[in-house]
Amino acid sequence: MSQSEHKDYAGDKLGMWLFLFTEVLLFGGMFLLYAVYLARYPQEFVVGGHQLDVVLGAVNTVVLLTSSLLAAMAVSAIQRNDRRLAILLLAGTVLCAVTFMVIKYLEWSAKIRHGIFPGSPQLAAGPPGESVFFSLYYLTTGIHGLHVLIGATLLTWVALKVKRNAVHSGDFVLLENSALYWHLVDLIWIFIFPLYYLML
Amino acid sequence: MSLYEHPQPAAEGGFWSDTGKSGIASWIFSTDHKRIGLLYFYSVLAFFLIGVLLGLLLRLELMAPGHTIMGAQTYNAIFTVHGVVMIFLFIIPGFPGAFGNLVMPIQIGARDVSFPRLNLFSWWLYIIGAAIILVSLFTGGGPPDTGWTFYVPFSARTGTNVSLAVFGVFIIGFSSILTGVNFVTTIHRLRAEGMTWGRLPLFVWSLYATAWVQILATPILGITLVLIMAERLLGTGLFDPALGGDPIMFQHLFWIYSHPAVYIMILPAMGVISDIIPVFSRKPIFGYKMIAFSSLAIAAAGSLVWGHHMFTSGMSDTAILVFSFLTFVVAIPSAIKVFNWVSTLYKGSISLEAPMLFALSFLLLFSIGGLSGLILGAAATDIHVHDTHFVVGHFHYVILGGSGFAFFAAMHYWLPKFYGRRYAEKPAIVAWALMFVGFNILYFTMQVLGMQGMPRRYYDYLPEFATLNLVSTIGSWIMVAGLVLLMVNLFRGLLWGPPFTGNPWGGATLEWSIPTPPPTENFEEEPLVTHGPYDFKGTGIP
Repeated sequence: MSQSEHKDYAGDKLGMWLFLFTEVLLFGGMFLLYAVYLARYPQEFVVGGHQLDVVLGAVNTVVLLTSSLLAAMAVSAIQRNDRRLAILLLAGTVLCAVTFMVIKYLEWSAKIRHGIFPGSPQLAAGPPGESVFFSLYYLTTGIHGLHVLIGATLLTWVALKVKRNAVHSGDFVLLENSALYWHLVDLIWIFIFPLYYLML
Repeated sequence: MSLYEHPQPAAEGGFWSDTGKSGIASWIFSTDHKRIGLLYFYSVLAFFLIGVLLGLLLRLELMAPGHTIMGAQTYNAIFTVHGVVMIFLFIIPGFPGAFGNLVMPIQIGARDVSFPRLNLFSWWLYIIGAAIILVSLFTGGGPPDTGWTFYVPFSARTGTNVSLAVFGVFIIGFSSILTGVNFVTTIHRLRAEGMTWGRLPLFVWSLYATAWVQILATPILGITLVLIMAERLLGTGLFDPALGGDPIMFQHLFWIYSHPAVYIMILPAMGVISDIIPVFSRKPIFGYKMIAFSSLAIAAAGSLVWGHHMFTSGMSDTAILVFSFLTFVVAIPSAIKVFNWVSTLYKGSISLEAPMLFALSFLLLFSIGGLSGLILGAAATDIHVHDTHFVVGHFHYVILGGSGFAFFAAMHYWLPKFYGRRYAEKPAIVAWALMFVGFNILYFTMQVLGMQGMPRRYYDYLPEFATLNLVSTIGSWIMVAGLVLLMVNLFRGLLWGPPFTGNPWGGATLEWSIPTPPPTENFEEEPLVTHGPYDFKGTGIP
């Protein structure tokens, strides 16, 4: 098929932005539940929120913000056709993603050791609002973590394409779109962090 | 202009043969929008026929009170699978996937959609999702028995294979999102020179509105289905009152998607009707701008009415009042469309060929369905008919009488264009007549039964409902007889019928300006559009 010569930079970007809308709405469902249940169980949400580790959450926020910066710099690098730098910056982004996931793993496993996980006997015995809080916490951060993994895989794949010169200063929309996806993953965390760790 | 008067002869079968590739791989891995359109068409058609078969079984069971051909559990499973198949595997992907893919790029003068590979991927996701749903029927605890709405708490507790079925629907939702993203981008970016927004065929306008609904609503379905799976597999308890959850929240999330989803089903159908009625009335469409605008208005307002499914669920009275009001607001753009179609017919030179007959019956059936929808949308009357057969009748009037009949209209109107052969007219009209009569016997009785208080989703009923149920079941046989005739006649014609070349209907949209069947490249050179989609005089059509 002869679709390969067709290149539409603006169209590719538009498509990506539309897709990002859908991601925002996906998380929107969980934020909606958060809002409703916070209104219903303000006390239990505060108790639950205080059990989360603000330090680890803050470190993770810094890690993700840094990774987003690196991803944006990778786009600038490819625009100047500095492929080596772009690959290095992408590697840095992925490294941040891995760091984020490791910290998340530490956070989760500490909670699970304390008997706090969906369906645990401890939560079932406690006040209902707390169970709701932690179920939402695990689902939201879990699905966000899944997005971190998908984003990191995507960026790794793009880095390989940069290496093979399939993505270069003349055609870098794939890198730009992947970076956009990564910014979205970052952005969602920017909402999760205050909602769960800070404001309660 | 002369293009329309003297169309080129079929170029050796157009896209069927001009790539020089044949065999199954040239289809299931093709990125050509026309091939993908046909893949979608035959996939959704297969599931439609399965859905029809299940529906027939349901009617057979209800033919007489008591155990007729199946027990309660089988009945629960069959009405669930009937709903899931018809909604998620037939009508939601049906219009965008099949006719949107076949026709839309040509109608805007494009070579293909913006993302051809994504288009193919979305069909594959559809097939994978469908396969998962099929597997769920025969594994685990057996086919789901929750109804297509998967309401908690039952869906969180039933031993049937809900998790896998829900996962299949999740994948199909992803496919629907990708189609939406693709179509919005295509319509923004790939319109040919001169194809201004004011010259878009109304079918394209309706797909555009539909695509936005697919993009904005489907993610909510996605997260809702994930939450059911989490509820079942992890015991999150977000919808379980014992753990502090609230089942009503499930209903909110579910309907935030599933009400807009009915506009995914009906909007493109309205687009088909808007394209067919002017052609067979030999008259430009009346109120082009209002029809285009009302598609967007329906898409927007339709996103705010989900609560009308929950009047008896325990929402606050204020919420009921607001949702009831908004529901009536949606009726306005829908009525605008109906009045514009009727005005198009006025003093037109109407030719009653098969596509037009289906389109005209759409007008009547959709209007009945729409008006009975207002009975459900008004809080006071809804309490009386909620969860009765009235709802079943209403929904089928809108979705089968509306979208379904529009789908049949589109099949008769556009498929000959892609096959280069046509069906026989007389059997098509007989088939239409049988279906139209059968349909009304089948579903009007349901509305009456609902008014009398017969609940839906029960495999048994009180003896006083027996006569009308028998009548309804007989109607289903008449309708299916018509459907069989329609299928046999249409596909016999498409495969072996007389040639269909040029522009026999006299359409002024771009698909009628290119050879039949269309070549893979659609247009030899990028078309320059100089007239509107219903400007028959401007294109030299007598």
